[in-house]
Amino acid sequence: MTALALNDLYDRFRDPATIRAFAGLIEKESKRLPAPLNIMEVCGGHTHTIMKYGLRQLLPESIHFIHGPGCPVCIMPKERIDHAYILSQQEDLILVTLGDMIKVPGSRGSLQKARSEGADVRFVYSPMDALKIAMENPDKKVVFFAIGFETTTPMTAALVEQALKRGLENLLFHINHVTVPEVMKELIDSRDEHIDSYNNRIDAFIGPSHVSVIAGAKIYEPFPRDYGRPVVVSGFEPVDVMEGVLMLVRQFVENRCELQIQYRRSVTYEGNLKAQAMIDRYFERRELFKWRGLGNIPHSALRLKEEYAALDAERVYSEILPIEEIEDHKLCICGDILRGMAEPTECRVFGTACKPSSPLGSCMVSSEGACAAYYKYGGVM
Amino acid sequence: MDKTVTLAQGNGGEENRTLVSELFFRHLKNDTLQKAEDAAIIDDGRLAFTTDSFTVSPIFFAGGDIGKLAVCGTCNDLAMMGTQPKYLTLSVILEEGFETRSLERIVRSIKKELAQNGAQVVAGDTKVVPKGSVDRIFINTSGIGEVRVPGISASGIEEGDAIIVSRDIGRHGAAIFAGREGIELESEITSDCASLWPMVEALLEAGIVPHAMRDATRGGVAAVLNEWAEASGICIEVDEGAIPVSETVNGICEMLGFEATMLANEGTFLLAVHPDDAQRVQRILRDFPGNEAAAIVGEATMSYPKKVVLRSEWGTKRFMDLPTGELLPRIC
Amino acid sequence: MCLSIPSKVVEIDRDEVTAIVDTMGVKRKVGIDFIADEVKEGDYVLIHIGYAMNIISEEEAIASIETYREILEIMDEEERRRVIEEDDDCPAVR
Repeated sequence: MTALALNDLYDRFRDPATIRAFAGLIEKESKRLPAPLNIMEVCGGHTHTIMKYGLRQLLPESIHFIHGPGCPVCIMPKERIDHAYILSQQEDLILVTLGDMIKVPGSRGSLQKARSEGADVRFVYSPMDALKIAMENPDKKVVFFAIGFETTTPMTAALVEQALKRGLENLLFHINHVTVPEVMKELIDSRDEHIDSYNNRIDAFIGPSHVSVIAGAKIYEPFPRDYGRPVVVSGFEPVDVMEGVLMLVRQFVENRCELQIQYRRSVTYEGNLKAQAMIDRYFERRELFKWRGLGNIPHSALRLKEEYAALDAERVYSEILPIEEIEDHKLCICGDILRGMAEPTECRVFGTACKPSSPLGSCMVSSEGACAAYYKYGGVM
Repeated sequence: MDKTVTLAQGNGGEENRTLVSELFFRHLKNDTLQKAEDAAIIDDGRLAFTTDSFTVSPIFFAGGDIGKLAVCGTCNDLAMMGTQPKYLTLSVILEEGFETRSLERIVRSIKKELAQNGAQVVAGDTKVVPKGSVDRIFINTSGIGEVRVPGISASGIEEGDAIIVSRDIGRHGAAIFAGREGIELESEITSDCASLWPMVEALLEAGIVPHAMRDATRGGVAAVLNEWAEASGICIEVDEGAIPVSETVNGICEMLGFEATMLANEGTFLLAVHPDDAQRVQRILRDFPGNEAAAIVGEATMSYPKKVVLRSEWGTKRFMDLPTGELLPRIC
Repeated sequence: MCLSIPSKVVEIDRDEVTAIVDTMGVKRKVGIDFIADEVKEGDYVLIHIGYAMNIISEEEAIASIETYREILEIMDEEERRRVIEEDDDCPAVR
């Protein structure tokens, strides 16, 4: 192979023959596994790939996927969605956020509902669009409701930087950025507690990889080292995921416990230092942050540093933003699903009262949510 | 149902169907209306009658404009029922301040497209409303024609029928997204907006009687296949690798996280025909410029009645469901 | 928030800190704040919500693709051998 064409970056990693070849290798080598293998794919993007390409159908019975909470929309607690709702109702305020947030239900309804009732809610493809909206509406306040894991945090940081550079006074931020390693630790800790009632212990992880493009594979080091769980950082194409599974199978067969990078074309150990520096310049860790269905997880989320308080919508509007926690719908088992303790099909309201068009819990709303993925792709065998 | 109407209910998918059946059908029910075909068959099967409204934004897009669309939309609905479009009505609602030059451009488009179908506008209406009441221009057209070949219906598909798509899919939806403000893309994607009657006429003249035909407008190919599976009580199995999608549409889908089967088309249709006719249909369609990618994509079976199954190129299967929700670019 | 797609850098604007990228014929302007020092025209990058996150390593991509090619060749060879062996066992057919 001489030069790399752009199409190769898609085609070669979706090639049916290669997918089948990996399926064959996994089938063969998994026969030497000492025990059934439970792999948690943390990231919603991986869940999506597994479901969309039907990869479960290609794997032997001994390998089992446990879906993780890697969907930053799904884990947003109702009370914080309510913040977005309340802010959108303020006069002369434009609430700007990324696509999927529009449909997530808080206790008062979703932002889509707020918009149909007259609130100025705008979804954007990129945080940079929020800048444009702020510059075009100098007499209004624009609040950017920021969501996402480490992959997305630098973009919000870049927006903060732009706002400061241009001396924009009407662009504020409601920060809901969360981080992945802390929730992975929490999942191991809480499941290990329940080892008797739930047989599927998380044996290994397929690590969120676009998170690592920014933060580096280094963030997963504690898992093989301190928790005895191998991590393979895998890309999102079906060949990437299959290769990642094979790498884990080989670790278990050979009794190794390591951090490996499958997605070598985009992930390095160190990550993007420039992006990390920009995040560190504007954000700091919160002591606690509530994850929907999982409870409070220490140091798992970010907020703007004290010196940028003037841009922090949570501080500026603290009087109107309630902090009481809100219970989820009684029948919604999103919490168990996010922990990987239950599958969407075990939920009593899955597909009936809770569907993408009328979601009760956020796992159904976000296209990365396990419930939405199952609803869309889960049908066959 | 919600207390206020949401954008999702205009999507042509699940929410739209619910609104129509729980509100409109409930009060206005009659046998003809509830058939919910592309056009109503009336006057003892002799005539087909249909209506459609057009609110597309932007009104001028690569490959067409709201005028061309207003004619194609209604004429294609008639063509899908084996009917040559003959007479149209044209109702226009204009926003105060709309440029007359743009209006003229639109009317000229309408004229050109009518000629493609051999149809005429015989009645019309024009209203002007205050600024902000409509987005520049909204158009409604109704169309009527004589049924040339009766019995073409979503409920007429039989086990073993071949499922054919007339060209590469998703162009109109992709072109609209590419042209919208806020999502700045620069690409050569053009809408597939076109009149289908000439192709349908060619098929009928060759002695082919499709069991079902439908243009894949709102909700895309996914909506049509699901409606067919439901109406005929069969399973439609489709090979993912056989569905033609152009590279540019693929690019837009990758970028925004869409699936081409959910995107709207305005000049692309699906047919269910007896398997013996499949090759001939494909040949006839491919002769029409723009339709070089016409393809046999699957067949009707009884594996999972009322569902649509997508077969991947590496041997796995999944269901292709009705699109839901407002079509928003996927972020995650 | 993982949806990110490979695109090719077509044109760079150093003053604006942006670049035009091409994804299968669809061109878009993206921010290059995180890769400004290293990025060159012709590089492949991953785009996420309007920004380029990194520069894709062509070397690693090619290495992966080569590995897959080798796997396919080995599988093909095994498949051929298996078919031949099956044939030997098979009672006369044609």
